[in-house]
Amino acid sequence: MADRTAKIVIIGGGPAGLSAASSAVKEGVAPSDVLILERDHVLGGILNQCIHNGFGLHTFHEELTGPEYAERFEKVVAEEKIPCLLDTIVVNIEVEKGPEASASPDGTGAAAGKAGDGSGNDEAAPVAVCDRKLVSAMNKTDGFFTIEAEAVILAMGCRERPRGALNIPGYRPAGIYTAGTAQRFVNIEGRMPGHRVVILGSGDIGLIMARRMTLEGAKVEVVAELMPYSGGLKRNIVQCLDDFGIPLKLSHTVVDIRGKERVEAVTIAQVGPDRKPVPGTEETYECDTLLLSCGLIPENELSGQLGVKLSGVTSGPVVNESLETSVPGVFACGNVLHVHDLVDYVSEEAAQAGKCAAKFVLGKCPAADAPERVVPVIAKDGVRYTVPSEIRLNHMDELQTIRFRVGGVYKGASVVIDFDGQVFRSQKKKILAPGEMEQVILKKSDLENAADLKAVTIRIAQAE
Amino acid sequence: MSKVTELTCIRCPIGCAITVTQDDEGKVTEITGNSCQNGYLYAGNEVTNPTRIVTSTVRVDGGELPVVSVKTSGDIPKGRMFDCMKAINKVHVKAPVSIGDVVLKDVLGLGVDIVATKNVGARRQGQAEGADIG
Repeated sequence: MADRTAKIVIIGGGPAGLSAASSAVKEGVAPSDVLILERDHVLGGILNQCIHNGFGLHTFHEELTGPEYAERFEKVVAEEKIPCLLDTIVVNIEVEKGPEASASPDGTGAAAGKAGDGSGNDEAAPVAVCDRKLVSAMNKTDGFFTIEAEAVILAMGCRERPRGALNIPGYRPAGIYTAGTAQRFVNIEGRMPGHRVVILGSGDIGLIMARRMTLEGAKVEVVAELMPYSGGLKRNIVQCLDDFGIPLKLSHTVVDIRGKERVEAVTIAQVGPDRKPVPGTEETYECDTLLLSCGLIPENELSGQLGVKLSGVTSGPVVNESLETSVPGVFACGNVLHVHDLVDYVSEEAAQAGKCAAKFVLGKCPAADAPERVVPVIAKDGVRYTVPSEIRLNHMDELQTIRFRVGGVYKGASVVIDFDGQVFRSQKKKILAPGEMEQVILKKSDLENAADLKAVTIRIAQAE
Repeated sequence: MSKVTELTCIRCPIGCAITVTQDDEGKVTEITGNSCQNGYLYAGNEVTNPTRIVTSTVRVDGGELPVVSVKTSGDIPKGRMFDCMKAINKVHVKAPVSIGDVVLKDVLGLGVDIVATKNVGARRQGQAEGADIG
């Protein structure tokens, strides 16, 4: 037996969870039927430590800092009185099977539960038939408890790749931090992790911390990036490194860390096309701190336990046009789905997840037994993945955003959308880079008009 | 001789590649590649009088957190960033602090204020500074 119930449980109270919550309420779910579970003692997630500006240009048409951006969404959640449990960690999610569809001989009974007829009439749409999700969580006040939900929105964000996952040789002294840890030290706890810094990896947080620590008086010696291109946004290289004369060494990695108690020096070397260090190219920098900004990984331990199908490329769930995972009624958005560069797009994506979860619990989705046309979205030729990876036409909105990343740097190439191998649309891009998420938007009518459409392919066509 | 500068716009995440052409006297004669007015203004400023927003933190006395995040309320000359940081680092504020509170007026006489970008409540009795930090 569950200790409490909610129509929609949202796991994570960061930018994705907050936006999903307000969107679900906007779509018609009673605020009291939504529940946000947050591990930290405050809402806002990573935005609380992202004190730099550049957030919200897309969403609010003004330039905000991370905490200000978070506060806009927290305000909505507070005004709508959407329940939140803070300091609460979710330990498990599982699906409790509802009555089998086969229980109704005509095969329509079970579908009516979540499909309904749009009347919103409880008698006409018995909710009990959809599979219940049981979310187990714990906190200091309530101990261990279980929440029964009709839909779950996964919004747990991502984690930084730690040193242990990087195979860096050398000693293990104090002074080695992920960039996000250093960001928390400086921006929330008011402490400097060190004064002479080498940064490995050119992810956005590393670039932002290069500037932040420089402004606070540290000397950032160098940013070394293993790949021949930066992992972060070009504008961050400009305003965080170039502005302060911090060198960015592409195709370089750390080959030695010296110091037993505390970092004393870091040696970097150039790497060849095989990404192996080239002997003779070593350079040693005396320093007391090494920051790691080597990639972010969606945090999908709970999703995996639940049996959600995960993508080998993004490490996030595989989702359809409604951002629904392979488990019906479980949705995903934000960095747990795929790592974003911009919170504005996280909010947009999460709003979509919130809306679709609302439709699901309000019985506004097309009947489950209605004939369905499913069009897979395939990533090809330089496109590493797409979110979503399939579109069910009868669930599709008028406009469908498809987000993706490319696997290399392309200049003057085109993003091509193929319908069954025929070019449907092609858009030339000055530059495409792995550090910058791209998107295309498809119209529902485009897909409907393409008779017998079997697959949509997104690919990169290189400049001649 | 005209001077051509290639810039990456930092005004929004699109990061347009902008080309600015200046004449002998440094006067901007052409700006191309921008996709909005903000980018046009940025590019023009960047080659003549580059400016930046500075974000940092300020010590909080009696707060539930030891520092509060702050920003300049507007652009300041790029060359004054470190002076601005010095001024910011001298400031202490008393909790509670709310978003938008001016913690330092008219920093360096530049006509912009330093404003708080986060709410930091007063520390509750018996609560150590940063006790909530996990």
